[in-house]
Amino acid sequence: MRKVHVRNFKVRKFHVDEEVRNFYNGMFIDLGELAFFTGKVVKQFFQPPFEYKELIKQGYLIGNKSFSLISVTGFIMGLVLTMQMNPILSNFGAQTLLPGVIAVAMVRELGPVIAGLICAGKISSGIGAEIAAMSVTEQIDAMEVSGTKPLGFVVATRVLAATIVVPILVIFADAFSFLGAYLAINVFENMSIALFVNSAFDMLSFKDLIPATIKTFFFGFFIGLIGCYKGYNARSGTESVGYAANSAVVSSSLTVFVIDLIFVLIINIL
Amino acid sequence: MGQEKVIIVKDLYKSFLDKHVLRGINLTLHRGENLGIMGKSGIGKSVLTKCIVRLIEPDAGEINVLGTNVLRCNEAELNEIRKKVGYLFQGGALYDSMSVRENLLFPIRRTQFVDKKREAEKLVESSLRSVGLLDAIDKMPSELSGGMKKRIALARTLILRPEIILYDEPTTGLDAVTSGEISELIVKIREEYNTASIIITHDTKCVKIATDNIKIMQDGVFVAEGTYEELSRSSEKEIRDYFMWKMNIKTT
Repeated sequence: MRKVHVRNFKVRKFHVDEEVRNFYNGMFIDLGELAFFTGKVVKQFFQPPFEYKELIKQGYLIGNKSFSLISVTGFIMGLVLTMQMNPILSNFGAQTLLPGVIAVAMVRELGPVIAGLICAGKISSGIGAEIAAMSVTEQIDAMEVSGTKPLGFVVATRVLAATIVVPILVIFADAFSFLGAYLAINVFENMSIALFVNSAFDMLSFKDLIPATIKTFFFGFFIGLIGCYKGYNARSGTESVGYAANSAVVSSSLTVFVIDLIFVLIINIL
Repeated sequence: MGQEKVIIVKDLYKSFLDKHVLRGINLTLHRGENLGIMGKSGIGKSVLTKCIVRLIEPDAGEINVLGTNVLRCNEAELNEIRKKVGYLFQGGALYDSMSVRENLLFPIRRTQFVDKKREAEKLVESSLRSVGLLDAIDKMPSELSGGMKKRIALARTLILRPEIILYDEPTTGLDAVTSGEISELIVKIREEYNTASIIITHDTKCVKIATDNIKIMQDGVFVAEGTYEELSRSSEKEIRDYFMWKMNIKTT
């Protein structure tokens, strides 16, 4: 019995080593390939033909599909945050600061990150699954043989559309969170909309707005890019469609946090 | 069948990691010829046709299509060649997000094959009429049966009036009647448009109806060549057996 146990342990250890090595190898290979893919996609932004119609179509689809989810989430975030913060600020007699605190928290951090994560789930997975399905069913090849560059028509348009649309969605998320916050404040006390807006914007400065807006462009770019990359590199078989969608969500969600961290570090240094 | 050679493939090699798929393929296709390529699944028949339009880059060899070496031409030249070579994919590869009309208009718009919208619409209608599916013009691919998808894909392939058509398993997954109709359609297209074709198939009925010559592929090379009659009455039992669905041929 003991011998069998020892043998099993050795086999298991070997597999763990191999798994860890494969994971790191795979990660670095993936990063290298993603960097190469990014270069090719960015090149397409500046190479004619420029696919304006497809860009507008993709922008509309991405925005339209995510708008309701983003607005509801933003609204609930504003509502919940206000209900959580109100008793704490009341203890210090600082209730008048509530609109400003909510505004800073939402605009600077929560709005972009929450909206970014929702977009990672909604947009990146959608793009990943769509392109993977196109790849598996040879639609990408069909496009290429009919004289169309799939990287330009399919990939660059989606990446650019996500880069433009995600910041707009974040603005909507922020706006709806303000609405939620205003309603929640009015549960506890009467506050006019003018006073709420004044108090909120009094505490906001360009230092809050500009970096928060800039990072949403990066969120959008990488959400679109990772979705396209995972879909474009899907292997044959329907199984790979699900895998592409799933890994697009995981990778782009992680990337949202990494970009956020990098921005916080840069802002703190500046 | 003319004497002009439209495709010449010389010593073509392609490997995927340690799997050697093509091991020195040689092939010549003449104008107006329908050439069938048969062989087991996964032995590289589709890889060969994809190399011809450079969807896959071969490791070594030479591919000459309509007088142009496709492995040495630039992107613009390659696109010009691709306009003249139609490719019918195994599953049809219709764009799911577009209607049948948009699927057919797509290559016209992309290649600016005709300038005017009305001319493009006429071309779409005539292509659909030639495959007998004009009624399906406003349907989405998801509303079509397998056979209809293949026919629409064929109409899309025909729309740029190609000189060469590469058919990748045109009858796979279809019932006997529909696959017979597709095979007859391939013959009709050759007669109507004077196209040269490579037809990859496992369907012995299809090669009998639609091809002039057949090549049988095994282990990355062609192991037998001839007409359907010649091969099915070959003195070598292994080749005759092939047409009786016994696919293991020893190299001749």
